[in-house]
Amino acid sequence: MLAYMVRRLIYAVPILIGVNLITFALFFMVNTPDDMARAQLEAKQTTPEMIQAWKQSHGYDKPLFVNNESSGLDTVTETLFVQESLKLFMLDFGQADNGRQISEDIQERMWPSLAIALPTFLIGLVTNIALALLIVLFRGSVLDTATMIVAVAIMSISGLFYIIAGQVLFSKMLHWVPISGYESGWEMWRFLILPVAIGVFAGLGAGVRWYRSIFLEEINKDYIRTARAKGLSEIRLLFGHLLQNGLLPILTGVVVIIPTLFMGSLIMESFFGIPGLGSYTIDAINAQDFGIVKAMVFLGALLYIIGLILTDLSYAFFDPRVRFDQ
Amino acid sequence: MMAPLWSDYMIWLLVVALWGWGLILRRSPQVREQWIQIFQSRIAMVSAIILLAYASVALLDSVRFDTAQKGQITLLDMAFESIATQSERTYSAPFADREYNQSLVTRDNGDVEQQYLPLKWVQAEVSIGWATLQVLLSAALLTALLVGLHLAWRARVHKLGLAEYGRNVWRDQTRLPWRTAYVTVLLMLFVWGWLGYLSQFYHVLGTDKVGQDVLYTAIKSIRTGVLIGVLTTLVMLPLALFLGISAGLFKGWVDDAIQYLYTTLNSIPGVLLIAAAVLVMQTILNNNPQWFGSTEERADLRLLFLVFILGMTSWTGLCRLLRAETLKLSQVDFVTSARAFGVSRLTIIVRHIMPNVMHIVLIAVVLDFSGLVLAEAVLSYVGVGVDPTTHSWGNMINQARLEMAREPMVWWSLFSAFVFMFLLVLAANLFSDRVQKVLDPRTQTR
Amino acid sequence: MTAVLDLRQLTLQAGSEVLVDSVSFAIEPGEIFALVGESGSGKSLTAMAIMRLLPDALSVTAGEAHLHGQNLFALPEMAMQKVRGKKIAMIFQEPMTSLNPVMTIGAQVSEVLRLHLSLSGRAARQTTIDLFEEVGIPNPHERYGWYPHQLSGGQKQRVMIAMALACEPDLLIADEPTTALDVTIQAQVLSLLKRLRDRHGLSILFITHDMGVVYEMADRVAVMQKGRVIEQAKTQHFFDHPTEPYTQKLLADAVPVSEFKPVLERPPLLEVTDLKVHFPIKKGILQRTVDHVRAVDGVSLSIGKGETLALVGESGSGKSTIGQAILKLVKATHGRVVFQQNAQSHELVALKEKQMKPLRQKLQVIFQDPFSALNPRMSVGEIIREGMQSLKVGPRDKAGQQKRVSELLEQVGLLPEHAQRYPHEFSGGQRQRIGIARALAVEPELIICDEPTSALDVSVRAQVLSLLNHLQRQYQLSFLFITHDLSIIPAVAHKVAVMQAGKIVEQGEVEQVMTQPQHPYTRQLLDSAPSLIRKRLA
Repeated sequence: MLAYMVRRLIYAVPILIGVNLITFALFFMVNTPDDMARAQLEAKQTTPEMIQAWKQSHGYDKPLFVNNESSGLDTVTETLFVQESLKLFMLDFGQADNGRQISEDIQERMWPSLAIALPTFLIGLVTNIALALLIVLFRGSVLDTATMIVAVAIMSISGLFYIIAGQVLFSKMLHWVPISGYESGWEMWRFLILPVAIGVFAGLGAGVRWYRSIFLEEINKDYIRTARAKGLSEIRLLFGHLLQNGLLPILTGVVVIIPTLFMGSLIMESFFGIPGLGSYTIDAINAQDFGIVKAMVFLGALLYIIGLILTDLSYAFFDPRVRFDQ
Repeated sequence: MMAPLWSDYMIWLLVVALWGWGLILRRSPQVREQWIQIFQSRIAMVSAIILLAYASVALLDSVRFDTAQKGQITLLDMAFESIATQSERTYSAPFADREYNQSLVTRDNGDVEQQYLPLKWVQAEVSIGWATLQVLLSAALLTALLVGLHLAWRARVHKLGLAEYGRNVWRDQTRLPWRTAYVTVLLMLFVWGWLGYLSQFYHVLGTDKVGQDVLYTAIKSIRTGVLIGVLTTLVMLPLALFLGISAGLFKGWVDDAIQYLYTTLNSIPGVLLIAAAVLVMQTILNNNPQWFGSTEERADLRLLFLVFILGMTSWTGLCRLLRAETLKLSQVDFVTSARAFGVSRLTIIVRHIMPNVMHIVLIAVVLDFSGLVLAEAVLSYVGVGVDPTTHSWGNMINQARLEMAREPMVWWSLFSAFVFMFLLVLAANLFSDRVQKVLDPRTQTR
Repeated sequence: MTAVLDLRQLTLQAGSEVLVDSVSFAIEPGEIFALVGESGSGKSLTAMAIMRLLPDALSVTAGEAHLHGQNLFALPEMAMQKVRGKKIAMIFQEPMTSLNPVMTIGAQVSEVLRLHLSLSGRAARQTTIDLFEEVGIPNPHERYGWYPHQLSGGQKQRVMIAMALACEPDLLIADEPTTALDVTIQAQVLSLLKRLRDRHGLSILFITHDMGVVYEMADRVAVMQKGRVIEQAKTQHFFDHPTEPYTQKLLADAVPVSEFKPVLERPPLLEVTDLKVHFPIKKGILQRTVDHVRAVDGVSLSIGKGETLALVGESGSGKSTIGQAILKLVKATHGRVVFQQNAQSHELVALKEKQMKPLRQKLQVIFQDPFSALNPRMSVGEIIREGMQSLKVGPRDKAGQQKRVSELLEQVGLLPEHAQRYPHEFSGGQRQRIGIARALAVEPELIICDEPTSALDVSVRAQVLSLLNHLQRQYQLSFLFITHDLSIIPAVAHKVAVMQAGKIVEQGEVEQVMTQPQHPYTRQLLDSAPSLIRKRLA
């Protein structure tokens, strides 16, 4: 078990290096340290000396991948790539273009993101599974067909439309909730309720269909037949045996998402003015602030890998067949 | 003179490729049987006709001419010439004959007054009801003609009398649901005819901020949506096929390398990866103005870059599926038997693996299509989508966000984009559902 | 005495297609009633209909099923749930998949007790442990908390039996309960069922395709064919005087031939010496190889020209791996495989794939599962031509190849026009014939037959075996015949090798091994075979 964990963590390192490599390649393909210096220095006329000084003070004076001036191991380590990567691995994301520390921003903005993403995720999960089970109970009936058509329709509408329509209907016309904004503390719920409801509803179509297909696949298995032959009622069958087994394939798709909930939702946060990591990212993209984009890419990849490991762990926990002896 | 853009070439190349593929597939009786089974569902038939209509609009919009007076125009522009050129000053509601907002007008006597200015291009005297009736009649006539031709052809194929075959269709006793198809065609012709005919006299879906007809923008957006949905597949498919099958078949270090590649790509949040790549692409385009001669070409190049980026980031899912399926197939007895015959790896791939994973590819492609159309809107909102000058539903929705905040609301841009997009995505989703139901061996047992 | 179950005129339909047609029988208290038939005869559907667990697409269109005078088909679903598991219990063919994989076996059994007898948690637990004890699960206290995957197939079937017995049902329906098990395990499970019948006075509806099992178990027998019961009799009478021609054929095919083949003295075509195939077990952070699974562990055998060597063993004994290693489809860890060709010896293990290719023509293979052995996307003609094209055997032009395909199809008892069709249009037996034609197409000298008849019904099995024998005489073919089925060995083999856990424990001429087994394992195997087969073999 422990050996397995260690192996997975070690395996994560090359992936993160790969992620860094991709962002680096993208970044420096168009944006040389000289360009950055010129953009950052506010003086109208930049001299080569000023650029050099800026690069030195920000650590951008080293070559990208291979340092020919050094010898031995240093040819690789004394480079921008390795230095920057190391910083990222220490979760030191450096400064944003506006001079603020990215790490601090992230710590601060993580919580509003979570406040909206976590309820959306949990309520969505429970609703989807409950509805899917209900439909499986009535499988093959008119209700089944009708729900599936509604589900496809829900899937076929752009999420942007749900948000705009929701804001117009509930905020602008009915005045039930504020149109956007955020407040910490208990008053938060007034701002959260609409985005969470929209998030849950928009995910309903795809979610219910997916869970339904998982349950339908399970329900044709032999052990369900055994359970029926025992004399179990259909309800006990669904909640006792089917749900338990159906949860396993659901875990694969769901657990990996949990850590990435910290990243927030780009669209939702930006529409509802939530000061989370999603809107942070979107602002950075619009301002072309590569420092933040890079940090978020790394963070996202890290959380994803943590999610993968968690998925395996959850299997070990929930599925008696999986053991990490090997 | 013809003046195609790069994307026009690609879209027609794809048409030719699809046609060729269809010819190859026709030879296998099994595949034909499967397609017939797909179209036996009424929903699939209706969806396919709607998809075909969208596709033909996109194709019409990809035949481009250089004209002296109007610059570059497409066949579609010619068909909708009236609304393509007839711009108003600013917002106007659907079927309105005046502008939506009051303007300050200085009268001859010097008084300044607020008033709703009349629209330039609207002929309000044309009766909508009368026009509708005219269109309905012409659509019915045209449908009757098409149906008659089709009936005659099918009757000949089945060696039945025209009357007898017609009766079968009427009673819905044909193998494929032709009756449903005919009704759909009638409805489509009517709707398109109605929009086209009335748009000569009215702004059927209103006008936007700069007075551009919204119907025109929505129709022009079809090409963008279809293009992103379809061409991305063209980029993604060879990668996914090649890497997925190689990983599954060769195992060992090849498998490790490919798995590493897609886990790495997968671990980067999708939007961020696309955003970063698009930002890079923008800078490249800005630094190389010599690559394009006009704004159209620039927008087109940007579209193609976007398609390329989407393709490069979206192959991982299919690749994983193909790898798993190939792993499974490589253990199956018929592959073992081929190996016992000394059949080469390449032949095993072409003859045994590829035909048996095609259903996965097809299901993935049809499913991805709707996802990509929806993604375009989100990306445009984030600011990393198509060029702002390109007509697209994403740009329309993006703009609508501000319009909805106005008092009174300007709702028709959002409405139009929503309806046009919804129909396409819904049709694609319903069709993919059917494809999956017929082709996926797991759903067949149910 | 009144019947426990009285089934009257049961008719089942899927749409307008009649699957079970007016089936009637009655089961007396304490009786084992066998329902025999080949696949598709409707025997399992009949059982599911009694339990009212038919798939939605099927419906009972006529008939009644009386359990102690109560018509089950007239009960509301709620009342039927009280019958299932309590008055009628059922065990199934696949013990591997029939238990809920994420629930402990104890919980699965005590669930029935709590449901039907409203036992408290502790009482249910105790009763469950007693039941485990009774069905022969060692350490029942400890195993109560085990999960199904921790048990072997035979033990899982015992858990199923415990679950079925929990509420002392009036009737136990056993649907092919031992088909998926090895012979030695089958014998144990069968004797357990018999013991339980005697102790509890249980009535059993025993569904099977295996005449050997019927002979062993049943008091009375009913034979089903195409949805109808065609013959019903007491077991002894049934085996001595079958009246229907179909039944006679079924009985004759159950043990194909009882005469031993004369032993041939031929120079060896293939000689395997000390063959080992080991698969590494990797562990730890660095995935170092800590141990090996010894799938094949030092096997030596030889096959002469025109001779058949049967390789017998239970599942997991490594018998299929030997075949794969000879064909170089898995890598041998150690040993020599020498193949005689054109008066030359070729050592296969050391050969590169390129050097192997010319020899592949001489070594071919036939598989167990006729459904996965043929590529569903290729026509039968393409399938048979594949080897001819790849190994450049026979005519090189397409017309010539097509002619050859026609000949081959006729040779294996199919029609030339079948070449245009696709595998899914054929039955299991026909597919197996296509597989044989495919192997024959390259004119091999040795064919490795990997359980080629295990998935087939007995009547089809007999046909395929006689086809193989016929081809052997015609072309002097040699076969390595891998099987777990002792009953067919005299019909096909000249020599036999018995495998256990990667090793050959005994080999020799068929007659000698079958009649005077030396090794205890061989004796155990033979003793486990149903007495009908033992009787014919002896």
